[in-house]
Formats: sequence, C-alpha cells, structure tokens
Amino acid sequence: MLDLVWLLVAIPLVSGLGLLVWGKEADAWGHLVATVASAASFVLGVVAFIELAGRDADDRSVTHVLFTWIEAGPFHVDMAYHYDPLAALFVLLITGVGTLIHVYSIGYMAHDERRRRFFCFLNIFVAAMLTLVLAADYLVIFLGWEGVGLASYLLIGFWQHKPSAAAAAKKAFVVNRVGDLGMALAIMLMFAQLGTTDIASVNASIGSASTSVATAMGLLLLLGACGKSAQVPLQSWLLDAMEGPTPVSALIHAATMVTAGVYLVVRSNGIFDASEAARTAVVVVGLVTLLVGAWIGCAKDDIKKALAGSTMSQIGYMMLAAGLGPAGYAFAIFHLITHGFFKANMFLGAGSVMHAMDDDVDMRHYGALRTSLPITFATFALGYLAIIGFPGFSGFFSKDKIIEAAFGYNVWVGLGTLLGAGVTAFYMTRLMMMTFFGEKRWRDEVHPHESPLVMTIPLMVLGAASLLGGALLAGDWIVDWLEPVVGHTEHHELAIPALAMSAIIVAVVAVGATLAYLTYGRRPVADVAPLDSQVRWPVRAGRHEMYGNEINEALVVRPVQHTTRTLVFLDGRGIDGFVTGLADRLGEASQALRKPQNGLVRSYALGIFAGATLVLVALLAVTLA
Amino acid sequence: MTEYLSLSLILFTIGAVGVLVRRNAIVVFMCIELMLNATNLALVAFAHQHGNLDGQIAAFFVMVVAAAEVVVGLAIIVSIYRTRRSASVDDADLLKG
Amino acid sequence: MILTLLAATPLLGALVVTCLPRGSANASTVKAVAIGFSALTLALSLVVMARYDVESGGYQMTEKHEWIGQLGAWYSLGVNGIGLVLILLTTILVPVVLLAAWDDRLPGRRSVNSYVAWMLVLEGLAIGVFAATDAFLFYVLFEATLIPIYFLIGSYGGPQRTYAAVKFLIYNLVGGLLMLAAIVGLYVVSAKDGNASYLLSDLQNVDMSTTTERLLFCGFMAAFAIKAPLFPFHTWLPDAAASATPGTSVLMVSVIDKIGTFGMLRWCLGVFPGASEWASPVVITLAVISIVYGALCAIGQDDIRRLVAFTSVSHFGFIILGIFAFTTVSTAGSTLYMFNHGLSTAALFLVTGLMIARRGSASIGDFGGVQKVAPIMSGVLLVAGLSSLSLPGLAPFVSEFMVLAGTFTRSVPAAAVATLGIVLAALYILIMYAKVMTGPLREGLEGFRDLGSREVAALAPTLVLIVGLGFYPQPMLNVINPAVDEVISQVGQGDPPPRTPVDVSEQAKTEEGGH
Repeated sequence: MLDLVWLLVAIPLVSGLGLLVWGKEADAWGHLVATVASAASFVLGVVAFIELAGRDADDRSVTHVLFTWIEAGPFHVDMAYHYDPLAALFVLLITGVGTLIHVYSIGYMAHDERRRRFFCFLNIFVAAMLTLVLAADYLVIFLGWEGVGLASYLLIGFWQHKPSAAAAAKKAFVVNRVGDLGMALAIMLMFAQLGTTDIASVNASIGSASTSVATAMGLLLLLGACGKSAQVPLQSWLLDAMEGPTPVSALIHAATMVTAGVYLVVRSNGIFDASEAARTAVVVVGLVTLLVGAWIGCAKDDIKKALAGSTMSQIGYMMLAAGLGPAGYAFAIFHLITHGFFKANMFLGAGSVMHAMDDDVDMRHYGALRTSLPITFATFALGYLAIIGFPGFSGFFSKDKIIEAAFGYNVWVGLGTLLGAGVTAFYMTRLMMMTFFGEKRWRDEVHPHESPLVMTIPLMVLGAASLLGGALLAGDWIVDWLEPVVGHTEHHELAIPALAMSAIIVAVVAVGATLAYLTYGRRPVADVAPLDSQVRWPVRAGRHEMYGNEINEALVVRPVQHTTRTLVFLDGRGIDGFVTGLADRLGEASQALRKPQNGLVRSYALGIFAGATLVLVALLAVTLA
Repeated sequence: MTEYLSLSLILFTIGAVGVLVRRNAIVVFMCIELMLNATNLALVAFAHQHGNLDGQIAAFFVMVVAAAEVVVGLAIIVSIYRTRRSASVDDADLLKG
Repeated sequence: MILTLLAATPLLGALVVTCLPRGSANASTVKAVAIGFSALTLALSLVVMARYDVESGGYQMTEKHEWIGQLGAWYSLGVNGIGLVLILLTTILVPVVLLAAWDDRLPGRRSVNSYVAWMLVLEGLAIGVFAATDAFLFYVLFEATLIPIYFLIGSYGGPQRTYAAVKFLIYNLVGGLLMLAAIVGLYVVSAKDGNASYLLSDLQNVDMSTTTERLLFCGFMAAFAIKAPLFPFHTWLPDAAASATPGTSVLMVSVIDKIGTFGMLRWCLGVFPGASEWASPVVITLAVISIVYGALCAIGQDDIRRLVAFTSVSHFGFIILGIFAFTTVSTAGSTLYMFNHGLSTAALFLVTGLMIARRGSASIGDFGGVQKVAPIMSGVLLVAGLSSLSLPGLAPFVSEFMVLAGTFTRSVPAAAVATLGIVLAALYILIMYAKVMTGPLREGLEGFRDLGSREVAALAPTLVLIVGLGFYPQPMLNVINPAVDEVISQVGQGDPPPRTPVDVSEQAKTEEGGH
C-alpha cells in the first residue's frame, strides 16, 4: 500500500481537472464525484496510516521516486514522495477535514450555478496540499505550495463578480508571492550550498555548512512560511480572504493551507536546529502574530474576520512552538491538528449561521440564535470550549503544552502566550455572546432556520473531534509518533509544577471569559457599530487590522505605483525618446540639406562652376607648391 | 597658339556666363554648345601643336555626344514648352527638394 | 537533405498560396492550404526530432555545399539540441497561429493570400536561421526574416502600422548593419591564415587577438540584443506588438525574437567565448534590469498588447541572464525557457488578440467582468497568464527556476534581484486579469462571444504543452542538455561545485531511515 501513496494525490487531481474539462454535463453530479474522490483519498490515507503504524518506530518512513522531474547538469529533482509519521498525520487531517467540508459544501453551495467548478477547485486544492506534505524535495514542496496558493486564489475569488472578492484573491496571491520569493531563494541557496534540494539530504547535511548559511536558509524559509501562514509582516491577506465562500475559509484559511508554514518549519527541523538565530526569529514572529491576531479578533464585528484574527493568533502559537526546536515541534503539530478540528468546526458553524441570516456577517445583527439554531449552537460551543482551552477539551491540552514549553524557553515569551490565552477567551466569549446569546437584533425579513443535515453532520463530527482531539496526547502518543521525524527533548524544568501551571492558565482564561461576559453578555449590544471616533485607540487599531494595509500601502503599493508610472513615462520619453529623437534630428538635418535643392537649373550650374573652379584652384595650388 | 587658346577661353567664358544669366532654355542650350565648341577648339589646337591625333579624336567624340545631346535636349525643351507655355528654365522647378 | 526540405516546404507553400485565386470566396481554401503546408512542416520537424540521436549529441543531419567560394561562404545546415528545440517551436506555432488567425479581419482590401504566404515565408526563413551552421548564411537569413515581418506589420496591422513597421525595420537594420561589419571582420580574420571560411566549426578554431574578438563580439551582440530585445534596446517591441495582428505578434515575439537569444548561444558563446566572458558582467546587469524594468513597465500599461510585449522584455531578461551565467543549469534553463516562453506568449497573445478583436479595443479599461459571459476565454487567459507568471506545474516555471538556480551559483545578487521578477509577474498578470475578467460586467459587453470550437482547437495544443512540460520537461531537457554542455565547455566554464556538498553515504543513510 505504501507504494501507492501517490494515489492520494492523483485521485482528487484527476477528478478535479476531469470535472473542470468535462463541461456543463457534469453539473448535475460533479459535486458528488468530487466528494467521493476526496473520501477515497481519506480511506487510502487511513489504510496507509494503519500500515505505517504497524511498522517499527525506526522503519516508519517510505521514500518513493515516481519519475525524474528536472535533470540538467548537477541539478536533479525527483518527483518523489516521502511518507512518514508527520506526513501521515497531515494526510489524515487534510483528507478528513477536506471530505467533511466537501460534504458540507454540497448543502452550502446547493444554489450556486457554478457549484461544479467550486468542487473542482476544492479537489485541486486537496491534491496540491497533499503534494505539499508528501513531497520529498523542496522544489516539489514548492509545487504544492504554489498549487495551494492557486487554489486559494481561485476560491477566494470564487464570486468573481464581486470586486471585493476579486481584489482579495489578487492580494492573497501577491502577498503569498512575496513569501514565495523567500522560499525560492532558500531552495536556490540549498542547491548552491549543498548541491541538492532533497529534504532529507539538506536537513541531514546542513550541519556541515556554516551557521550563517543555516540562518540565511532558515530566515528565507521563514519568509515563505510567513506568507502562507499569514504571520506578521505578511498577515494582511488573511482577513480579506474571508471574501471567499465559508467552506473555503474553513478548509483553506483555517484548517489546512495556512498551517503549511508551520509544516515547513517543522519539516525543515534540521535547518532550524542548526541556527539559533533562525529559531529565535520564528519565536518572535509567532509571538507577535499571536498577540496581533488576538487583538484584531477582539475588535472585529464581522464573524468571519473575528475568526480569521483568531486563526492568525492560533497559528502564531504553532509557529512559536515550532521555533522552540525539538522541545516544541511535536506540540506545534498537536495544536495544528486540534486547531484544524475546532476552527474548521467554528467556521462551518459560522457558515451555518450566515446561511440562516441571509449571508449577513455582522455579529451586531445576530443575537439569541441558540434557540433557532440548536445544532449549530451546540457544535459551535464545543469548538468554543476547545479553543479557549476549557479543561478536558482538545485545545486545553495542546495550548497548555505550548505555554509550558514557552515558559521553559523564556519567561517573557511564556507570559506572552499566557496573555494570548486570556485574550483568546475574551474574544471568543464575545463572539459567542454576540451571536448566540443576548436579545435578537435581527434585521427585518430574516427568519433563521437550522441548516439541512448535509451541513450539520460535518459540524457534529468536527464538534466531537474538538472535544476528543486531546486524546492524541494520551500517553504522549503524538510525541512518540513524531519523534523519528523531529526528535524530542523535554523543555527546561519549570519553577512551578505542571499542574499549578495548568491551574494558572485556566484562571487566566476564566478571567478573559468573565470580562467578555460582563461586557457583552450582561449589557445589551448596540446593533450599529460605534463610529471609529467613538471608540478608544486599541479598538480602532484592531478594527483597522493594526494598520497593516495602510503600512503596506505606504511602504510598498504606492512606491511601486509611483515607480511604475515614472518608468512608463521614462520609457516613452527617455529611452524611446532618445531613439525617436535621433530620428527627428536626422529628419531635421535632411530638411536643412534640401534647401539648396531649389529646382533652379541655373543655381545648379553655378554650383557646378564654383566646384570646378575650386578643383582647378586646388590642382594649381598642388602643382605649383 | 596663344591666339587659339585666347579665343577658346573667350568663347568658353561667354558660354558659361550665358548659361548662368540667361533664362530662355534655348539660349542656355546654345551657350552650352558654345562651351563645348570652345573646348573642341582648345583640343584641336593642342593636337596640332603636339602633332598627334588624340585631341582631334576627342573633339570628334565631343561633337558626336553634343549632337546626340541636342536631339534629346531640344526634344525635352519642346515638350516642356508645349506643356508649360514657357521656355524659361526658372519655371521648371519640379525637382525642388 | 531533410533540413533543406524542412525549410523549403513552407516556402513552397507560400508560392502555392500566392498562385491560388484571390478574393473572399477563396479565403477558406487559401487558409486551409496554408495550414496544410504548415502541418506538413510540423510533421517533417517531428521526423527530424525522431531521427536526432540524443546519445551522440552534436550537429546532426548536416549538409554542406559550397556557395561563394571566394568568401568561404557555404550552404551548410545542421541541428544540435538547441536548434532542434527552436525549430520544433517554430513548426508548432505556425499552424496554431494560422488556425487562430482564421477570422482575423485584414485592413482595407488586403488579400488573405499574401498574409498567410508571408507567414509561411517567415517560417521557412526561421527554420533556416536555426539550422544554419555558416555565419554568412546565418546573416543572410537573419536579415531576410525582416522582410516578411515588415510586410506583416506594415500591411496588415492596426492604424499605427506604418510607423511600427518602419521603426521595427530600422531598429533591426541598425543591429544587422553592426553584425554585417562583424561578418566582414570575421572574413578578414579567417582569411589571414589562407583559407577563408564562414563555417562555424572553422570559426571556432580561428586565432584572433583579444581586441579583435571583443569588437567582433560586440557587433554580433548588438544585433542580438536588439532582436532579443534587451534593455535599453527594447522600445521597438511594444510599438510593433501594439500594431501587429496577434498572429504576427506571436511569430515575432515567440519565434523571431528567439533568434536573438539563440544567436547569443550559438554565435557569441560559440565563436567568441573569451569576449563573452569579458562582457558577461555588463550583459548580466542589463538582463537583470530588463527583468525588473520590463515587469514594472508591464504593470503600468493600459494597452493589453503592450503589456504582453513588456512581459516578454522581462522574460527575455531571464533567458539572457541564464545564458550569460555560463552554468549548464542556467543555460539549459534558458534554452528550455525559449521554448516555454514561445508557447506561453503565443497563448497569451492569441487569447488577448481574440478578446481585442471582439471588443474592438485593446485598452484594459474597456473590459470588465468578461468572465461572466466568456468563461472558457477567461480560463484560457488565466492559464496563459499563470504560465507567464511561472506558476509551478506549468512549463515556464521549470525553466525560470533553472535559470535562477544556475545564476545563484554564479552570482547571488543577480539571482536575488531577478527573483523579484516573480513577485512583479504576479502583479502584472493578476491586475490585468482582475480588471478584464472579474467584477461586474461592463456595459456593452453583453453580447461578448466566448471562444468557439476552432479557437479552442487552435489554443489547446499550446495549453496542453504548457501543462505537460510543466510536469514532465525531461523529453526537452534530454535533447537540450548535451548541446548545452558543449557550449559551456566551449566557453571554458562549468557549474561551480556546491560549497559543502552532501556526503553521498550520509545521504543514503538518511534516505533509509529518516533523520
């Protein structure tokens, strides 16, 4: 079976492209084929996982070369996959959550005339994402990396007739390309330094290169990771990406694609282990993003954007954990998986709410929805409890471990993560209160109704996973499972026992939740957002996404526009002006020369005589001299 | 000898001045012939002095060419006169740049 | 003989097409006959491809006849991997262009006979240029290609066609003149030892002083830099592309401009290796400027055709960068890039050409929301655009990455700045796509026709090749690699070895059991 892992990619790819080319006849059944393809990948993934788990711990890795992709001189890239415990977990997450979201979308997109195309893009996304995690070569990762970027572009801009959606899609792609610049340069550096871009060889032999090379490589990869995972400073695209259909937000912009950056860092553990500086950069980026994301999450009234801020923040946690080195890799992946469950769950829940509210996303128009949408409410609540880290839920275990490890690394970093946990509790409670509790603030003609089963069943499954995902940590299973890939070392001993640590975290979470309850649960919520001038600066900054767009605008967009305009002008007037100017001068010179050609025979004759005389005089002068 | 050459020079100068100052195409044409014949005179005079035939042969060539030229030239002048009702060389400036 | 036959077939086709009766009633027959001849040429070029023995490499299917003995000029043809790839590109694109140009509206009462005849003439001459192994023959054919392009732009283009055609012609003639001077110089140099010869194989062994070599190199390089076009000699291209019909633009940018980069590889590096190395810092700098400059100018264009022309300036920057980085990886990448860029630009020019013909305007501002009424066209434009921005999985990515990776081993700054091109490429393509295809449908576009089946059939081969070669470029690389190795060893360069190479035994160990 492990020789057939490529089928995981091939099935959704063929189904996606096939349906795209098939045309209108496939409209009626295309979505079913796509869902079955995704499910088939999931089943294969489970079978492969079981087979892998059945092997000895040191034998759990298969590399299989399909064909040579590029070969020229010393440059050699194989189209090969590398199936190991890390890849196996990702395969399950991607195909599992992916299939659930396919099912959900059958209901969500039922009335969209371009539904078939939506499912094609979803399938292509699944194939690209699987390529990314199964790749055995950095260049093949890059193939998947840009493939998911393309799918993300197509899906964010799925409703192309909306200019905002088209703009968001374009922005996502371009910002990601900035990250890709880093990744491309990192791969070139690998080739120039080590002569190979094979992941295993690069990570094994990076130690023989100098630390500065490892640092450069690590920082370039981090730039790539920042782009894909919406980490500061390349975070600005994620909130705009919420223009896409909600299942897309759940699958791509919460559960899977945005975590690719974390995957990249963990997968490149050899490089990051070799450079302290690169690891520190990862921690700093993670910490900043986790706080910025949480801050934004507190200020947004748009339910999807609040969740998107939360996603940024949670990926910040993962990134930070990955930056801790072997003490944190396993926990980064653990949080990534639990987050995949509960965030997908909540996004789909938000989709269900929007479905009920006629696609209104403003939470100030919600309120008291728990009675009209009982299933959505119940499953959303499971996700909510998981993300704030309510004891016993999956998020509790995964976040707890990261905070502990952060304290083991540095007290200030630890305090940052602790603060983040409190703020998470605040903004998620705020979201719950504004959406499901309080009084009705519905607009007229809105009659909320529960979504059909095809949408609620995935919610229930993901809700259950949010509750039970913590089981992966039972007996340190996930740590042991990943150890052959990423290694593991215990973090430094903490000053206080782990149990007390957990108690402190829970207390901070309780404070955050209570504050939110007091602000939004006890007091009525205004159904029109206060103006920017009426709120204090932290809220204002949060609403404007910490002015990320304004900064980009001032630092990048305007200068580029300005340069472009100047260059176009200079090209016409300067370079081409020089050429046409040369032609004009030649023209003028010939204008001057045509004056003597006046057509008068007698003046020509005079010229001839004058010339002849001149020649004569010259001859005489020469002979006489 | 000097007399021949002096006459040739005078004839040539008359011709040249005529070409430059006269407007009537026919007169200009005759002035050109005058210059050619002045040259012929010089050629023949030199040939006589040196005692060989080179100059005389050259003079014959000039006459033949001049005859041909007169044929073509007069034809052009006549046709210009027919179309423009004028034989002035200053009026025909179609080749102006 | 097969190469002569290959080049003669389209010329014969042109003759036949010219003799066919004119008039709109016969237009379909004329086009069909032209497509028939170009298809025959394609078949012949596939035969050449099949008969080429990759294992032994070098120049094959050679033929040699004395032409002008006193000058040492020979009628000498032969193909190596590089020439073969470009001949294949030419023969693939001409039928595609002819098919896509089926509905081209020609200005005035121009006859379709001479339009397609000129295209076939161009094809024959281009094949000759790529196959010539004699500098004199190369020069003559090189200059001869100007004639069909001049008439194709000047007689069948848009309102500015006369200006554009004359500008194109003079620009390229100036380059050609400098090359002519160098050709004369080559004769002097090679005649010094007694037997003058323009054969490539003889020229490679001619002794010349460093100064002479550099001067002659500059003569050739000037012609190729204008043809390619390299910044700052590029300004004829946007004007020409904006005034030509889409088919002409394709042949001009995808085929004829490749003669410039091809000439650099075969003649500059082949005959003047020392001078090429001497000039490489300047050429690399100009190439990097081309990449960034072309991309930035493309972002600022409103005319779609000028935009595509400027993207080509950027892409040619990559090709030239790879050639003058003198590594097998980057040079093989450049050669592959010539092929891939040909396909990708052809698709882009043709699909935008169809858009422009339907709208009657080339201004981006006159479009908007077209996706709604023409989804297939929008999809084709997107794929062509994505290939232009080198999305992995599409053919140009492979070549672009090879160029960059090879250059990186030689010069980190050049590669790093050139990599900026991938961000800018995303900007110029996606901004154009967003303005043209997305958003609400613009007024006046309600009746916009989607691609018809003939147009899809014309574009499909390029798209299929773009995707196919993106995942499996090896058939092309297998042909290219031996030829590139030869060129690079001729220059006396090679790939800089990795600074800390991976230990093979360690690699084997890690592959078995993770790390």
